[in-house]
Amino acid sequence: MSFDIQKLREEFPVLHQQINKKPFVYFDNAATTQKPRVVIERLNDYYSNENCNIHRGDYYLSRKATEAYENSRKTTQLFINAQRPSEIIFTRGATDALNLVASSFSRKFIGKGDEVLISAMEHHSNIVPWQLACQERGAKLKIIPINQSGELIMDKYYDMLNEKTRIVAITHVSNTLGTINPVRQVIKAARQKNIPVLLDGAQAVAHMKVDVSQLDCDFYCFSGHKMYGPMGVGVLYGKEEWLEQMPPYQSGGEMISNVTFAKTTFNDLPFKFEAGTPNVADVLALEQAILFVQSLKYENIEKHENNLLQYITQELQKIDKIRLIGTATEKTSVISFLFEDIHPYDTGVILDKLGIAVRTGHHCTEPLMDFFQIPGTVRAALAVYNNKKEIDLFTEGLKMVRKMLV
Amino acid sequence: MSIEDIESEVVSEFEMFEDWTDKYNYLIEQGKSVKPLEEKYKQPQYLIKGCQSQVWLHASYENGKIKFRADSDALITKGIIAFLLRVLSGRTPDEIINAKLSFIEKTGLKEHLSPTRANGLNNMIKQIKLYAMALKAKNKN
Repeated sequence: MSFDIQKLREEFPVLHQQINKKPFVYFDNAATTQKPRVVIERLNDYYSNENCNIHRGDYYLSRKATEAYENSRKTTQLFINAQRPSEIIFTRGATDALNLVASSFSRKFIGKGDEVLISAMEHHSNIVPWQLACQERGAKLKIIPINQSGELIMDKYYDMLNEKTRIVAITHVSNTLGTINPVRQVIKAARQKNIPVLLDGAQAVAHMKVDVSQLDCDFYCFSGHKMYGPMGVGVLYGKEEWLEQMPPYQSGGEMISNVTFAKTTFNDLPFKFEAGTPNVADVLALEQAILFVQSLKYENIEKHENNLLQYITQELQKIDKIRLIGTATEKTSVISFLFEDIHPYDTGVILDKLGIAVRTGHHCTEPLMDFFQIPGTVRAALAVYNNKKEIDLFTEGLKMVRKMLV
Repeated sequence: MSIEDIESEVVSEFEMFEDWTDKYNYLIEQGKSVKPLEEKYKQPQYLIKGCQSQVWLHASYENGKIKFRADSDALITKGIIAFLLRVLSGRTPDEIINAKLSFIEKTGLKEHLSPTRANGLNNMIKQIKLYAMALKAKNKN
């Protein structure tokens, strides 16, 4: 059974406004998604009725807030099918989670001459933390190449796995191209050599069911705000065997067990990695976002978004001088392109005037732009609340762009 | 004509257009009319980096006046460059330093100079003023 998009749109207050006297068309969902009422109301509710610091106060509201916070952890655990709630670490976002792993894992497990594998399509957030970690540890950062369609060259990847490889850290879905990477094969090959795999799922969780147990990945991370949740909260999943061995990343507050000036012992998982007062409100709102996505059902989301992707791809190909960037067989509803004769910035400016929000530029993937030898792209990233009517407005807008700029 | 005179000239040109499309068509037309910078000036030392579009700026000093030439890879950015050069090029360092550039706000072009636009224009204005200040200091010595 499919769902009623019109009804679904009603849940997102921000969509119902005019920009430059035109109906607002929001196609920048890979940057952040809009928030449904349940998420907004949860934030409001928490601060209106429940606000307390957690894990500390021995009074009614604090106990209640603590319980709610830990419930959200459980919901998150079930959402990605982790084995234990203690394997779910709340972070500030995917970037924060990636920094945590790069910093902490490398201190324990990466040394001189070792290698870290990432891919050519990574977001800067999954490049720079590893670059820094490798510099610090005297290790080498190796890049799995991609082909012209924007897919990993798997044979090259298999060849690059060796006894020096300490971790493989790649994106599940490319933010710029929408490519869904063959993560099962990536993990399977690494597993044969006992190499752990981290997946950056920031662009995946809003679009497809993620099951970390089935995938058998060692780390998985995502941001709340890219899956209809609030900004400022994210999730790191890590297998207990790794998290237990990894040293703390930040210190203070909840993460300690005992402190004397001579020595500090650290708390158990997951608290070891959650220093300071946690972001309770956003964690609770994230739970609502998860329940919201679950209520829509992934099969419906995928079906709808696939229809949109097919439609927008077909409509874009009718327009002159369009070059699609990223034509992988397996894709989410992200389409990157540029006009051969128009700078992406100019396209973005005119679309903005028409009330259409897209992202133009390098999308924090400069090495990827260098690979395609382009200054940037125009990216339309569609979400579950987008519809064909908006795609029509978008393609009309692009025709207007051509009319004005060529 | 003073800088202010040219600024108000630009403002009244923009006031003729009621519709944003006409305004932008005019801007784009002006962008197309900017004489492209020779390749020898499209080098890193003349580049003003923006996150998205890039601007190249070249300055020369003659008879007490600074002549600027500039180019960009984006056409709308180039259109705004056309107006900035019309107002600021061929002026004395003092005139440039004191220019308030209120036409940017009055023509509605200000949105292109917001920090989030990352199109190099903000830094271009900064660079133009820096040239003027440097030349003024040099002339004093």
